[in-house]
Amino acid sequence: MSLTVLATGPLTTVQDLGRPGQAALGIGRSGACDRASAALANRLVGNRADDAVLEVTFGGLTVRAGADLLVVTTGARCPGAPHAAPTVLRRGQQLRLGPPVSGLRTYLAVRGGIAVPPVLGSRATDLLAGLGPAVVATGDVLPIGEPVDPAPGVDLAPVPEPTAGELTATVLPGPRADWFGDAGWAALTGQAWTVTSESNRVGLRLDGAPLERLRAGELPSEGMVRGALQVPPSGLPVLFLADHPVTGGYPVIGYVTDADVDACAQLRPGQALRLRPGRP
Amino acid sequence: MRLLPSGSAALLVELDGLDDVLALYAALSADPPHGVVDVVPAARTVLLMTDPAVTTLAAVADAVRTTTPRPDTRAVGDSIELPVHYDGADLADAAELLGLTPDELVARHTGAEWTVAFCGFAPGFGYLTQPGGQWEVPRRPTPRTAVPPGSVALAGEFSGVYPRESPGGWQLIGRTEVAVFDLAREPAALLRPGTTVRFVAVGR
Repeated sequence: MSLTVLATGPLTTVQDLGRPGQAALGIGRSGACDRASAALANRLVGNRADDAVLEVTFGGLTVRAGADLLVVTTGARCPGAPHAAPTVLRRGQQLRLGPPVSGLRTYLAVRGGIAVPPVLGSRATDLLAGLGPAVVATGDVLPIGEPVDPAPGVDLAPVPEPTAGELTATVLPGPRADWFGDAGWAALTGQAWTVTSESNRVGLRLDGAPLERLRAGELPSEGMVRGALQVPPSGLPVLFLADHPVTGGYPVIGYVTDADVDACAQLRPGQALRLRPGRP
Repeated sequence: MRLLPSGSAALLVELDGLDDVLALYAALSADPPHGVVDVVPAARTVLLMTDPAVTTLAAVADAVRTTTPRPDTRAVGDSIELPVHYDGADLADAAELLGLTPDELVARHTGAEWTVAFCGFAPGFGYLTQPGGQWEVPRRPTPRTAVPPGSVALAGEFSGVYPRESPGGWQLIGRTEVAVFDLAREPAALLRPGTTVRFVAVGR
């Protein structure tokens, strides 16, 4: 069984749950940027949690089925796709994902999973580290695995669409919040940040009124996880997503809660993000 | 030891220095607290990533506070030898910065064991330290855009080996033909926290 790629759109990668447990070797977790949507896609076609899916950035993917395949999309809804509703794609039939109505990343799950060879225990493409399967290219013939579990028989999963407007995410103080003081925390949580076009799978770059450091000096590099709001010398925070570096040398003022990072990963350039202080 | 918040699923432990980091990392990696999925040592910190479905940050914090560091087991991993051609482009500069001749630098670099303190920067890039080594080497004023793979280099108190071609600002003193990161090998990363390394000169 296979899926032939006829067009990829701006960026399509193979993703799964990533490579947890190897950060001490300098290997980041990577994996789907919007984990909840990728997990839902797998569940809807009866895949295992660690099966690989396609992460499609801003639509544009066209594929042709090499066999009868059960497929579904989740995340950003694309015209032409069976969104949150598993559908059989007949052998030879094409599936074409238009530009999403809202949101940025669409997950296409195929029953059996995308069965490209794993690298260090995962099929995730880590664009920062250059690990994992190559970025999906036109002409690729992607192998599909053998289903293990029974198909669930769900017709439709009602899930909210990614917002097209302003998103509010919960933020907790980070390890170096004291480098910015109360005024810095107020500035972080008191403005609507704009997502810039330099954003990618590594992180969301935010534009707004820069945060001011209370102290100068260097920070020895320290470990971090996704959701970190790292503040480089520009004072404009970067919200780290799936392919973030394992360690970083700029202070982390706060962390978006893990559950809210998924929604942030659906933000497009130009959209607004508000950070609401949460309770640890 | 200071416990610092790192979001809803991780905890950062800040320590006084690298020796304390290694001692705590040795204890935590030998016997990780329940629900900890990754332990990441760095220069002054140890990050613990947890699975929130299995544990709470409070429980992990308690476990860390009651962990006895193991300063006696600085080396928790394998011992390897890395043959090095000491013909790096910055060998003379680095020697001068240390007030040594190139031969003296090579003798000091090969004369004592190094330990991988932590990894980062790229998959398989280890930060190696030499206890009492008295290395304090500034980075190049301008980083190179492409450092060849296998380059053996110095920066600050650390020595390292570039796993693949990448930009870099460390002083290049030599090169090894051993692939320190090789996906075709198990394990792919040769330099893991706790691994001890002896560099062996195989010519200039």
